[in-house]
Order: sequence, then C-alpha cells, then structure tokens
Amino acid sequence: MSTTPIDSWAVDLANVTAIYPFVGTEFILAIVGIALWIVWHIWQIGFENRAFKDEVDKYGSPENMRKVIDE
Amino acid sequence: MDTDIGALTTVFTEFYYWVTVALMFLIHVGFCVYEVGASRHKNHLHTLMKNTMLIPLVTVTWFFFGWWIYWAFPNGPFITGGIEWEAAAPYAPWGESMGPRLDDRITGVFWAAFLLFAWTAASIVSGAVIERIRSFAFWLFAIMIGSVTWSIDAAWGWHYGGWMVQILGYHDAYASGVIHGIAGGCALGVLVVLGPRLGKFAADGTPRDILPHNPWLVCVGLFLIYTGFWGFYVACNVPVIDPGGIDGQITGATFTATTIYLTPTTLSAITVNFLMSLAGGLLVGYMVSKGDAFWTYSGGLAGIITASAGNDLYHPIQAMIIGGVGTALMYKLHFWVERTFKIDDAVGAVAVHGYAGFIGLVIAGFVLWGHPSSPYEGYAAINPLGNFLGAIIMFWGLGFIPAFILAKILSAMNLLRIPKEVELLGLDFASEQDKENARQEMVAAENELIAKF
Repeated sequence: MSTTPIDSWAVDLANVTAIYPFVGTEFILAIVGIALWIVWHIWQIGFENRAFKDEVDKYGSPENMRKVIDE
Repeated sequence: MDTDIGALTTVFTEFYYWVTVALMFLIHVGFCVYEVGASRHKNHLHTLMKNTMLIPLVTVTWFFFGWWIYWAFPNGPFITGGIEWEAAAPYAPWGESMGPRLDDRITGVFWAAFLLFAWTAASIVSGAVIERIRSFAFWLFAIMIGSVTWSIDAAWGWHYGGWMVQILGYHDAYASGVIHGIAGGCALGVLVVLGPRLGKFAADGTPRDILPHNPWLVCVGLFLIYTGFWGFYVACNVPVIDPGGIDGQITGATFTATTIYLTPTTLSAITVNFLMSLAGGLLVGYMVSKGDAFWTYSGGLAGIITASAGNDLYHPIQAMIIGGVGTALMYKLHFWVERTFKIDDAVGAVAVHGYAGFIGLVIAGFVLWGHPSSPYEGYAAINPLGNFLGAIIMFWGLGFIPAFILAKILSAMNLLRIPKEVELLGLDFASEQDKENARQEMVAAENELIAKF
C-alpha cells in the first residue's frame, strides 16, 4: 500500500508516469490552492487599509509631519 | 530516455533550463537591490517587500493559469484558429504534466524558466511606481502582467505557432517586446493614473530630482541584473534539437540550438551579441549622460534590450551599434516625456525597458527584413511592418491599455495610491517608530537594572 502509484521500484521505468501522492486529486488541489490565494489577497487588503488608517490616526497631524520632515 | 542520444538530450535540456532558472534569480535580486537603493530611506523596507512579494504571487498564479494561457492562446484565439484546448490541457493546474512524473522531465524546468520571465516583467513595473503605490494594487498589476498579459503576448509572438509569427513575421528572439516592451507600456499605463510622487514637480512643472538614498546600491543592483540576464538569454533558446523534432523544412540530421521559434542559432552568437550590445549601450549611456553612473548602467541594460529582438542573427558590430542607438533614443525620450507629460518614472523603467524594447523591435524589422521567421512553411518572413505592428501590440495593446484600465478601476475605488500623510511620513515610518519605541523601552529597562548594582 502506497499513497503514490509506486509500490515497488522493481519496474521498467519506461512504464512509470506520475510519482506524487494521491494521484487523481489534482482538481481538488487546484481549487484549494486558488481559494488560498484569493483569501490571502482579502486578508492583505484589510491589513494594509488598517495599517494606513492607524498610521494616519497616530502620526498624521500636520505638527507631527512637520516635525518628522524637519528631522 | 530509452536511447543514449535521447537520454543525453533530455537530461542536458533539463539541466540547461534549471541553470537558467538559478541564474535568472539574480535578476530579481538585482531589481530588489536597485529599487531599494533608488527609494528614499523612509520607504526602503516597504519598497523591498513590495517587490519581494510579487515572487510568491506571480508564482502561484503562473501555476494556476499563466502557463495554461501560453499553450491555449497561440491562435489569438480566433485569428489563426480557436483556443488550443487539447494542447493546453496538460498545463492546467490539474493537468497531467504539472506534477512530478518520469515520462516528462522537461515541463517543470520549462515552466520555471517562463515563470522567471514573468517575475522580470512584473519587477520592471515595480521600480517605476515606488514610494506611492499601495502594495495591494501593485501586486494586482504584477499578477496581471506576470500571469496574464505576458503569457498572452508570449503565446502570440514568442511561440513557434504564435499568430504574430505566422501572419506578421514577428521576430523577437530575446524578448525586446514580449518582456521589456510590454513591461514598459504597463508601467506607463499605471504611472499616467497614479501620478508623480509628492513634490516631484515644481508649481511651474519643472521636475525636481528625488535622489536615491544609495546610488552605489542602485548600480550594484543593475550589475546583478546584467548577471542574471545571462540566464534570461540562454533560457530563450532550445539548447539542442534534432531537425526531426522540429518537423519543418530543415533537411539533414544536424542537431542545433534554436530560438523559441525553432529557428536555428548558436549559443556563441547570442553570447557575443549580448556582450557587444551591452558594450554599445554602456559607451553611449556614458556619453549621453556625461558619465552619470545610474544612466551609464541603465544604458548598458538598454543596449542589450534594444538588440535583443535580433541578437540571434546580428553581426556583433551591428549589435553594438543597435544597442547604442537604442540607448541614446531612450535617454532622450525619458526626459522629454518627464518634462512634457509630467510622468514620474522613479527608475527610468519605461525608457530602459519600454522605449528601448520598442525601438529594438522596429530596428530588427528593417535589419532582418526577409529572413525566415520560422522553419515552418507558410509563415511571413521578418519585415519592418510586422515588427512595428508587433511593437505597438506589445507596448500599447498588451502593456499600456490593460494597465491603464486596471489603474483607473483601482483609483476609483481609492485602492491605487497610499494616503498623502503616509507618503509624506514615509511608508516605513510607523514600523520604524514602533522599533524605536521598543528600543527605548529596552534601554530604560537596562538602565533600571544597572541602577540596582
């Protein structure tokens, strides 16, 4: 029993094709991969917007900016 | 792999592309170093992350759809045929060629070589837009050019069966247009909507110099890009092929290296021409910029890029002259466009890649006029009109227009540009402030401990 299509290497390599585990699940893997990619962007846009808002709220007053630029 | 010559050819080809991938990594290192050097200190770490994170995003999207597009769209579709569903099926993310298998040892390294081109295209855009674009927005542009538009342009004009090669006789062997032209056009499309950095232009429209925080680092970055460019060049070739494998009109049994169009060339030809076009660009870059380090290095790059469309065939002195001509023109155009249209291209990417790539395609159309664009029967020969139309398709059609549209959409959603306060404070300001607070807290704690001695 093997998760890959190979149970033994006592074979003619000319007949060997895929060697990765769970052959047949490629479509599901693709859906999972694409979903993870999209979720990452959704998280990132929220993270970036919050970071900018925090920075503006905390440091964005004209006095503070003038001080920073003068430094 | 079941004959000696078959095994040697396969293993050599597999290793050859693997080496190109490792070398092309240096292009990305170079772009990161160069961009960080060109940014002001208050933005440098954010600039680094903006470029770095295009690596995973373009990689996964290239796996999910970029590679499939390349194999599916050589006919347009609907110009010389429909979508190539059957030919592209193995390259869908669930396709049979996409996982490790012993009966296909080439797809993985070939996929990776194309992916590194995709990173390069996206990275070219990255430098132009530093210090004011949102990372979210930039990464969408990176995916757009890296995994969609570059893939379409490669299918059309950088594929042995691409419709532009068949109908226009388009010839762009080392990617003057399919990488540099499209990336320059894309950068310009974003810049037009994004606008200049705050303070770049005086009230009367005179451009101000926003100095890089580390000019030496910028030049080292460009040097690294030259180094990685070797991998880029050799990855554009098929290293060894039997004429029987081409199945075109070539007679006899002489194995050869070919371009991506399967037209014969040699590794020697492109090695000498790479160096001579680099030399032409450096010599002219030094001259027109009066010894400015940044523009001299950029001139070297522009020299290679201008000659790249035909560097499989040029005589080395032609490559040198063409590299020099492209460098002089792109330099003049950069400053003319900056003054006239108030375009703030922070690193000259539109000029070095876009204008030089466009000019290189036009020159190749004239200099290589009449040379067969393909070993297959019925293809148009290389000609000036075909390459000129190709340059327009690359720079404007697939570069500028999609980027302009996406930039407009993002701008309307207020997702294109960072807030003005953040731009003035610097993108690294908040994180630097947090680090400074942590440092001061630690110093206070240590002083407290010392006081107890």
